[in-house]
Amino acid sequence: MKKQMLLSLAAVVAIGVVAARAVPVVYKLPEEAAAFKPGPNLEVVKANCTGCHSSDYVNTQPRNFKSKKDFWQAEVTKMIKVYGAPIEDADVPKIVEYLAATY
Amino acid sequence: MFDRRDLLKGAGLAAVATALNPTKALALDTVTLPFANGERPLVKYPQKRPMIGLTSRPPQLETPFAVFNDGPITPNNAFFVRYHLSDLPYSLDPDKFTLEVKGKVDKPLKLSLKDIRKMKATEIVAVNQCSGNSRGFFNPRVAGGQLGNGAMGNARWRGVPLKAVLDMAGVQASAKQVTFAGMDGPVMEKTPDFVKALNIEHARDGEVMLAYGMNGDDLPVLNGFPLRLVVPGYYGTYWVKHLNEITVIDSEYDGFWMKSAYRIPDTPNNAVEPGTAPKATIPINRFTVRSFITSVTDGAKLKPGRTMLRGIAFDGGTGIKEVAVSTDGGKTWVPAKLGRDLGKYSFREWKLPVKLAAGAAELKVRATSNGGDVQPTEPRWNPAGYLRNVIETTRVTVA
Repeated sequence: MKKQMLLSLAAVVAIGVVAARAVPVVYKLPEEAAAFKPGPNLEVVKANCTGCHSSDYVNTQPRNFKSKKDFWQAEVTKMIKVYGAPIEDADVPKIVEYLAATY
Repeated sequence: MFDRRDLLKGAGLAAVATALNPTKALALDTVTLPFANGERPLVKYPQKRPMIGLTSRPPQLETPFAVFNDGPITPNNAFFVRYHLSDLPYSLDPDKFTLEVKGKVDKPLKLSLKDIRKMKATEIVAVNQCSGNSRGFFNPRVAGGQLGNGAMGNARWRGVPLKAVLDMAGVQASAKQVTFAGMDGPVMEKTPDFVKALNIEHARDGEVMLAYGMNGDDLPVLNGFPLRLVVPGYYGTYWVKHLNEITVIDSEYDGFWMKSAYRIPDTPNNAVEPGTAPKATIPINRFTVRSFITSVTDGAKLKPGRTMLRGIAFDGGTGIKEVAVSTDGGKTWVPAKLGRDLGKYSFREWKLPVKLAAGAAELKVRATSNGGDVQPTEPRWNPAGYLRNVIETTRVTVA
């Protein structure tokens, strides 16, 4: 314990000098553990959705809607209309199908 | 001459400076928030203790509720994290950081962090709460971040009044609003950058702050290092992180994050009939009054007899007038004893000894603000899942 403290104090002195000229901060996020569940058109979903956000954005949404298709259609439309997601028209029904069937 | 405390502080800084690397294990465990599909991983991020992981990219972390029973100040390593857009300033040199103040000002400014730290500092204890805090409890459910009650926190912020910086720049007479943008931004070209606006009177009220300090330390990276806006009493959406661009404008800002997002119904209580859309909306603004029991969790088993109940209350800036507790499901109420007053924007602790008889009990807590607002007995609903402040119920079994 004492040895450890002395060691860390030595490190502190060495680092303390460096810290005086504010070293850049480098922050590393943990690796993304969440993944899209298997389902129809999974590759289309991965290609269109993962550029901006992780799959947990989808996985944590409520599930108990009367029409899952309507819910997910609205979400995909929001991604395109509001957030400017560059999703091709032909991919939209595929993505909605995957989401409604999988989540 | 270094003194030991400085050295230790330096050590903390240096540890930050070298690299903030995550530990290998990401998911430590899971927690289940008390609503459908509420299972979440407990995750460990640099500078953070294990937090409830909502999303990983961009990162959104919720504070485990037990933290709120530890005291009125939320530690930096337990403070919630909310981002909208995935391009974060993960690599940042504080020496090269500049805050730009421009637009309808006589003297546009470019301030370094050192310039800002040299100015006269002020401190304020204030709650920051995500607009969508508690969204997971909405019925009917609504899309968006499905949060429990942990997207809030209370910290002692240190920085300079926004007013001082605006005065330095010389706001012109035509000024109507001030916009705020941070270093975080969108990944896709067409995604609207996160920019928020305050009216000029609000921006110059002397309380809105450019904060570089949080509970005696630098801001954690994920809470806006090296500088963030602090808008006491207002929802977190206005507390722009990594703040580096302030623009005074002579019009009402019409960017997406003000004009379309973060809107609440323009009705009494800002609520609409559940499941319906409002006819007109306004930008979200001050917190609604809320209170929580923190010493007992829902579903807990307690011993019959005397139990000390403790918790917190807060509102949008008038301060807490009264907290009352019911142990019989809301039939009778007893005022609690309020804790130390850390300011009208802070969590206010409360406690009350109660006697519990054997059986099932519904514990409820109800706060009244100095402004006269009382928590409602029925939840108010709006399509975005904002402003939740119904009287909370903690169900316990006494045996």
